[in-house]
Amino acid sequence: MNALPELLFDKSRPGKTGYSFESDPIPETEQYVDPELQRAGIADFPSLSEVEIVRHYTNLSHLNHSVDSGFYPLGSCTMKYNPKVNETIAAMPSFTNAHPYTPHHLVQGNIGIMRDLEARLCAITGMKAFSLSPAAGAHGELTGMMLIRNCLSHRGNPRRIVLVPDSAHGTNPASAHFAGYNVKEIPSGPDGVLEPHTLREHLDKDVAALMLTNPNTLGIFERHICELATALHENGSMLYMDGANMNALMGIARPGDLGVDVLHLNLHKTFATPHGGGGPGSGPVGVADHLAPFLPPPVIPKQDGSGPRYHIPDTIGRIKNFYGNFLVMVRALAYLMSLGRSGLRNVAEDAVLNANYIRCRLSELLDLPYQSRTLHEVVFSDKGLPVSTLDIAKRLLDYGIHPFTIYFPLIVHGAMMIEPTETESLETLDLFVTAMKEILTEAESDADMVRNAPYNTPLRRLDEVQAARHPVLRWQPREQE
Amino acid sequence: MNAAALKFTKDHEWVRLEGDVAVMGISEHAQHELGDVVYVELPTVGDSISRGDALANVESVKAVSDVYAPVSGEIVAVNQELEDHPEQINKDAEGNGWIAKIKISDPAELDELMSVEEYRKMIS
Amino acid sequence: MRFLPLTDADRESMRRCLGIKDTADLFADIPERFRFPTLSEIPEALGENRLLERFRELAASNRHDEYLPFLGAGAYRHFIPEVVAHLSAKGEFLTPYTPYQPEVSQGSLQAIFEYQTMITQLTGMDISNASLYDGGTAAAEALLLMQRKSRRPRILVAESLHPEYREIIQSYIQNLDIQVETVSMDPSTGRVDLEKLKATLNSETGGFIFQSPNFFGVIEESSAIAKLTHSVDAYSAQIVAEAMSLAFLKPPGEHGVDLVAGEAQSFGLPLGFGGPYLGFMATKAEFLRQLPGRIVGETVDVENRRGYVLTLSTREQHIKRERATSNICTNQAWCAVRSAMYMATMGHDGLISIARANHTNTAYFADRVRTLPNIELAFPRNFFNEVVVRVKNRQVDDLLSHLESHRILGGIPLHWFYPEFADCLLINITEMHRKSEIDRLINAMGGML
Repeated sequence: MNALPELLFDKSRPGKTGYSFESDPIPETEQYVDPELQRAGIADFPSLSEVEIVRHYTNLSHLNHSVDSGFYPLGSCTMKYNPKVNETIAAMPSFTNAHPYTPHHLVQGNIGIMRDLEARLCAITGMKAFSLSPAAGAHGELTGMMLIRNCLSHRGNPRRIVLVPDSAHGTNPASAHFAGYNVKEIPSGPDGVLEPHTLREHLDKDVAALMLTNPNTLGIFERHICELATALHENGSMLYMDGANMNALMGIARPGDLGVDVLHLNLHKTFATPHGGGGPGSGPVGVADHLAPFLPPPVIPKQDGSGPRYHIPDTIGRIKNFYGNFLVMVRALAYLMSLGRSGLRNVAEDAVLNANYIRCRLSELLDLPYQSRTLHEVVFSDKGLPVSTLDIAKRLLDYGIHPFTIYFPLIVHGAMMIEPTETESLETLDLFVTAMKEILTEAESDADMVRNAPYNTPLRRLDEVQAARHPVLRWQPREQE
Repeated sequence: MNAAALKFTKDHEWVRLEGDVAVMGISEHAQHELGDVVYVELPTVGDSISRGDALANVESVKAVSDVYAPVSGEIVAVNQELEDHPEQINKDAEGNGWIAKIKISDPAELDELMSVEEYRKMIS
Repeated sequence: MRFLPLTDADRESMRRCLGIKDTADLFADIPERFRFPTLSEIPEALGENRLLERFRELAASNRHDEYLPFLGAGAYRHFIPEVVAHLSAKGEFLTPYTPYQPEVSQGSLQAIFEYQTMITQLTGMDISNASLYDGGTAAAEALLLMQRKSRRPRILVAESLHPEYREIIQSYIQNLDIQVETVSMDPSTGRVDLEKLKATLNSETGGFIFQSPNFFGVIEESSAIAKLTHSVDAYSAQIVAEAMSLAFLKPPGEHGVDLVAGEAQSFGLPLGFGGPYLGFMATKAEFLRQLPGRIVGETVDVENRRGYVLTLSTREQHIKRERATSNICTNQAWCAVRSAMYMATMGHDGLISIARANHTNTAYFADRVRTLPNIELAFPRNFFNEVVVRVKNRQVDDLLSHLESHRILGGIPLHWFYPEFADCLLINITEMHRKSEIDRLINAMGGML
């Protein structure tokens, strides 16, 4: 019995058609293409009727958990509600039908949207300029590290080392590497934040920058950030802030005021654009004045009515086609307009209040390895539990709740990283707490039952070892199997 | 397989001597820590390596570990069987799960390896 | 605030639970002098009705919809069946995260598995990843992939690769130990100069990246290119910026190229002023362990039922960190699912016939433009849906202004990217153009030349 719909290729029957498009009759033309360059058909490509397509994808959609269907407290991912009106706005034909090479005087609305978004992001972060080009957070990190490298090269020496705390996102070291740096991991202190003395021990003239996530992946505000920035700047180094967790700080504090030289934001986290099951995102990069000359093209000038600038003498160069993920920017601006000035702070306050409420309620049940004050998320360990973090996560699926982020950050054993976001009601938070209590009770009385969860999901635990040992990455016609 | 004949590194590789050739792999303890091995990236026959170089890669579903050369020399054989059956490492890490054979260039390096007793003490 | 479900009473009871008086107390770690900025430059909130009004105004201040467009160059106007818009807008596809919990993500995972399959069928390759950001970054990833796999320091890039893609490649490699050299084109055919390619290839060369149809719309000799690169044990990567061409032309895999990457915006994604689009990458099986980005694989659950997971994740940044194949994390998953919906809806016959309509309309334009005085096809043969015309008696910008006065966006002036083609214009014609609209372009051109 299949739990999943048959694959498109197995359902397909020649002669079925799902499209209808009328072309104008065209008089016979000269043959411009050598016949041997053309293809006759596409072997095994599907043919289905429209209604079968609709049912196929509707049935698939029912197998997904999503923010629209339920609680999704995935730490560091900020799975907040994505307002529907933003989808309506992003689908306006004037935005969807605009070609990126349209003459600028005919797309002033679009350019105005990017200008307004940049201005609001500058105001929120205290940075002096933004590039909206990066397609996602990791792309923003790469862009940011390239900006630092070019600026330092301009000053005479790009340097070799980038420092990354042990609680960093996995993308940080990879991004620094692709910007040509060697990565050195440094430990965070006993209360979960980077201590200035630790930084100083590792600071020398080889250090280009520190990549700091703030609030960090434990949900803790890096309270020494101003001192860290000063130490870095005195050494001729820079402070990169991973702004993935900006939801905790929006309207509360501006990284630019705290000494940050460059940061990236995730429009698909803090700014409520949908994650799409893994993208498209958008990872704008904000910079202090000294990095602005190096931004990638196109740069949107602040004056109304002007076109984008492509010729930037000291630029790191283009990093993305055209303007970046424009329709994602449209949604983010719509969100910011809906929030307005005071809504920003309300969002951050409720996000932090919700996370602290969960912390307060679950602290009786779970080990909290760091006692420091936390903001938008909280991280528990698996210490003293009869089952693993993975088991609890899988059992949560049976309760209709998407699990938290598991086994990250690495500095917490069996980490459970919980970020409820501000768009959850008290009733939902209480349901989650109750589910966690019940699961922990189940684990005490019948650990094996929890270890074999989930039971109520479309499929049960999947064999990832088989998938990796014998990769099957595409459908094949049966007779060739 | 006589385990007593094996020597170990602190990075959990084992070595068994066949004349002037060292057969090597990862220890039973290392395979247990790693879990189900799904892929092994083998070195190239003919490559020269120095002791401590990463010469292979062993992957589980969620982790990837470097395997370091326990001695310097030339790779004279690799265990092709692992390409299709990486699970050999889980089944028999210190026998059929061998990874490579190295023609030893500096026999003195062998003296710095651990005996099985020393290794057991280290991992206990 | 409609996005915030907490009531004031809820907040009060939660604060009591936490033992605090004021929510602001939770932010005590933030240096006081920087806490709670006024943000006076940000306007106050708009109600939903005012928000829609504001965006309708912004939309109306765009004027492009009054013009008949012939713009391509990496972004193409194609028909999108309405079912694609409806199905892809489902919150279940739009609002999950990356499918880390496969038990509750089979919808996205199976859809991406089907996407991977269709990409391999179209390209004639063995495997496909689950998407990359866009065509330009896919080209850069292809270059890095060939360099890693070949372990050779030198990669060649065709001059006729999209200029923005070449800029992105340059940015990506500027801090890495890779040399990139450009192989020029034959100015009479618009194709890669194979003699020059042959002379430039050597034992240090890891691969050659070319685009086909190339930036000028010309179909390259992929077979000859693959043979030449293989003669020095180097790889060849074909970039495809107009994915629709895959349904018209012999698949790159049959030409013997090792890797195909590019832009699949044409498969169901709107122009959207340049994004989000869909980078794709498909390769021969030997690249499996070096492929960047997410990959979905088939497996079974504990009850032996067919299912899908993200697999081979040890290549990725969260495990290999600085030694990962790429730093990519979030990609363009929803765009890949949407393009799968598009491909499935068009189906075999639809995709083939739409691709042919693109070419037929373009061939009709070519027939007609050749009858005009003072203008010629710069590269007269082997184009798909894009051609370069050379204007002999007028400045290209003057011709474009003239066309604009006739409410036509007549193409992209090549002097933006290639000073040596200052007298040339790149014109794209798709299935969307009516015969009468092509006639209108021809007549407007004829009126000036």
